[in-house]
Amino acid sequence: MTQYEIIIGLETHIQLNTRAKIFCGCKADSWGDEPNTNICPVCSGLPGTLPVLNAEAVQKGALLAAAMHAEINPRSIFDRKNYFYPDLPKGYQITQFFEPIGKGGYLDLDMPDGAQKRVRINRLHLEEDAGKTKIDHGVRLVDFNRCGVPLIEMVTEPDLRSGAEAAQYLTQLRQLLRWIGVSEADMERGHLRCDANVSIREKGSTVLNTKTEIKNVNSIDAVRLGIEMEAKRQIAEVEAGRKVESWTLDWDAEKGVLQKMRSKETEADYRYFREPDLLPALLSTTEIERIKASLPELPLARKARFISAYQLSAYDSDILTSERGLSDYFESTVAAYGGEPKIVANWMINELLRLIKEKGLEASQLRITPLHLSEIIRLVDSGKINAATGKLLVSKVDTTGQSPAQIVQSEGLGAISDDSELIAIVDAVIADSPKEVESFKAGKESLLGWFLGQVMRRTGGKADPRRARELMLERLK
Amino acid sequence: MNYTDLSAFEISQKVRSGEIKAVEMVEAALAQIAAVDGVQGQLDYKGQDPAQDDKVHAFISLTSDLARSQAAEVDRKVAEGDDPGLLAGVPLSVKDIFCVEHTHTTAASRMLANFEPPYTATAVNRLTQAGALLVGKTNLDEFTYGSSSESSAFQPCPYNPWNPKYAAGGSSGGSAAAVAARETPLSLGTDTGGSIRQPSAFCGVVGLKPTYSRVSRYGLIAFASSFDCPGPITRDVRDAALMLQAIAGSDPQDSTSSTVAPSDYRSALEQDVRGLRIGLSPDYGHISYPDTETGEISYQAIQREVSQAVFNAAEALARAGAEIIENVPMPNSRFGIPAYFVISRVEAASNLHRFDGVKYGFRTTHPFNDLSELYRLSRAEGFGVQPKLRILMGMYVSAAQHAANYYQRALKVRAMIRKDLTDAFNPKGAYRLDALLTPTTPTTAFKRNDVFGNTVLMQYSDQMTVCANHAGMPAITIPGGLDQAGLPIGIQFIANDFREDLLFRAGRAFETATASAAWRAIKPIVLSNQQVIS
Repeated sequence: MTQYEIIIGLETHIQLNTRAKIFCGCKADSWGDEPNTNICPVCSGLPGTLPVLNAEAVQKGALLAAAMHAEINPRSIFDRKNYFYPDLPKGYQITQFFEPIGKGGYLDLDMPDGAQKRVRINRLHLEEDAGKTKIDHGVRLVDFNRCGVPLIEMVTEPDLRSGAEAAQYLTQLRQLLRWIGVSEADMERGHLRCDANVSIREKGSTVLNTKTEIKNVNSIDAVRLGIEMEAKRQIAEVEAGRKVESWTLDWDAEKGVLQKMRSKETEADYRYFREPDLLPALLSTTEIERIKASLPELPLARKARFISAYQLSAYDSDILTSERGLSDYFESTVAAYGGEPKIVANWMINELLRLIKEKGLEASQLRITPLHLSEIIRLVDSGKINAATGKLLVSKVDTTGQSPAQIVQSEGLGAISDDSELIAIVDAVIADSPKEVESFKAGKESLLGWFLGQVMRRTGGKADPRRARELMLERLK
Repeated sequence: MNYTDLSAFEISQKVRSGEIKAVEMVEAALAQIAAVDGVQGQLDYKGQDPAQDDKVHAFISLTSDLARSQAAEVDRKVAEGDDPGLLAGVPLSVKDIFCVEHTHTTAASRMLANFEPPYTATAVNRLTQAGALLVGKTNLDEFTYGSSSESSAFQPCPYNPWNPKYAAGGSSGGSAAAVAARETPLSLGTDTGGSIRQPSAFCGVVGLKPTYSRVSRYGLIAFASSFDCPGPITRDVRDAALMLQAIAGSDPQDSTSSTVAPSDYRSALEQDVRGLRIGLSPDYGHISYPDTETGEISYQAIQREVSQAVFNAAEALARAGAEIIENVPMPNSRFGIPAYFVISRVEAASNLHRFDGVKYGFRTTHPFNDLSELYRLSRAEGFGVQPKLRILMGMYVSAAQHAANYYQRALKVRAMIRKDLTDAFNPKGAYRLDALLTPTTPTTAFKRNDVFGNTVLMQYSDQMTVCANHAGMPAITIPGGLDQAGLPIGIQFIANDFREDLLFRAGRAFETATASAAWRAIKPIVLSNQQVIS
């Protein structure tokens, strides 16, 4: 049987999180706004208006280029891509065709099986987004709010070989975009959009066969699924002696299927030419150096450092570097705590991440600070509180904003270290539970847990569980 | 004192001193318009009234109420001792390609017949902030595509005030006619391949195409964005300097506008031409055009009276102390029109994309089945012949399979044309010119309907003007005499980037040297008609 290889290239559109749109002063983010309320004569393409380049978009584009190890173009140039569509009010899109802001570069993928894979980047360019159209009761409606939102289009070389690799690329890209702060990278909100070019070939061959393009995929899972389905379809075509045709396929998210949009036999001619209404976007050598220097340590490098410097497992490091704020939080806590980093890692992965998930916040937005967390861990270490109280404290500190010590004192959460107090409670539990005592003595030793539960309840969880157990066993025997 | 004979400079002085009220100037301008303009251009005009044959038809719409309220504001400032501005109380008309808030801005096209922009062009704003009074919007070729104003969807089109059977030129024909017919002393035009200078020459007025980027294009409905220049049309050089002073300078809404500070153009007027090096080029003695079959270039001498006027001007300037440098080569000027034909149409086709019947402007009144039919019908019905021809040509020469042969090659030619001029102006070069003196047009005004319909021939009336547009350099036309038919002749000066001051010096010196020439006393015929009538 013939062995096939899947060849995948991804085109991503990344919405930059600038304050204003790329060519006018309207705010860039229209999420939740009524249609056509965030527009002006410039972004709605009224005659006589002119675009004015937003420098922040150029800065963020260059920062992304630097993060992708791409060559930053000191003189990138805007062009017009001419076509008609109602969501494109000027009848052309301002983009960078001949001289993009970034050329080349790569992203290293850390595959779950431990393998590393380098995906080469062909180019990155700046462009404006178009609006949206929809059909409502048979009427076609246009919303221009999104017109002029700054995008980076980034194109990979055909280096990916499976749906899983494509998904990993997107996962790491999304992480990177948030990490360097250029995009919110929320796929559901369209901050990160992906088109996949898919073709197949016999394993060992080096030719590039006819590809199809999958469009409108709005989740990482859908990208993986869509690619796998399309590769299967292409293989079936070839096996049946047919040819793969150059189609554009639309991902139907509701049905989870691919639908043919159009044949690409006659490629549109966009008649690209230089946009005469804009000067080149210039970046001096000094600015480019400053942008490169402003790049933070990138996720993969930080993950590797966590493994070597803190002796964390790859698994823990992966989780703690999933988001830059989380990894910063970890390092601040480790520094404040001074003890085993692994202990901090456990607290963060088990407790802090739960809190983050519950609240839908980022680490840096929590009220509980690294200083608070390190204090809690130290309280537990010293036996002043037990681990359960420590976990409770994490939530309490975050809710109140008070320091752990304050809360321990005001709520009397300190562990009961006085034996006489604990003995009295243990005795009371035994006295109140004659039936259970009988059963225990008859051999149902699993009831020990129940007795300890009673002790914990009566102490409000403050009993040192180890000592309580010793005392209970001693009394019951 | 006849108010409409006053220059903008004189009006601003008199309004400032309180000798004339701005509100009186508005009424004088409106009265002159009522007397000479006739019916304003309109869609589907079917009029056959012979009384309209000797009218000017410079305007598409009047903004009388706006002008009156602006005049009241100027008068209030004068009364209260506030600065009323450089152009206080000066009536102004604006080519109807500039957006003016809450007024119709038609581009002389059915496509925009009902378009009211929610913003005002920067150049217009600067003029009215300087105290000018906007009395109306002038007629033009549809979307500025032409050299006779005859392609306007709003008819009747402007007639030449010197002989209404002749074309006013174009595309700023309405503006040039309005200034020549004393309707407004100032008009704001646009020049892409000669659209200020050619009609100014035909109508015997002064027209300046500033350096590209000197004046903001914001609010100007684009023809060819890398060429378009707003600029003054006036009756004398001093008024042109005054008007440029008001509109020049960088604009945050046009990022291509230059940040080079404008010169003090008024003080340039005080300097004479002694020591200026003014060039003449044999390449401006003829027009040259390629044979449509063989591509071979044929030459045709320009009208003798026009070249004579240029030599007369050179002699007058020499007497005034300028040094005349002959035989300056401009070998690439013969490619000016073909290169312009290609580049301008590529940009025009793209700029017209936005007019699709979806958002504003004209939408077909016929039923349509789908989106592409809406596009097709709206554009077929909304655009006249000129926009359609330019879309076809622009699409063709920028198509993937043709762009290298046409568009990309034309851009290279454009750079060569600029080099001809930069070499001539190079202070370390062989010629070291301050300005190049040329005819503005190969002929004086042609008869209406004579050239219209032949797009290529029409385009060749811009051959003397278009090279300054390719180069982005400033050029001015000033009246240089009358031909035997009594039609005005324009002479042109071209200078290096941002050297409008040199154009004003040379132009002013020529005006002074010919102040008592007999032809200067002759006025356009529509003004004498008026005197006969009254």
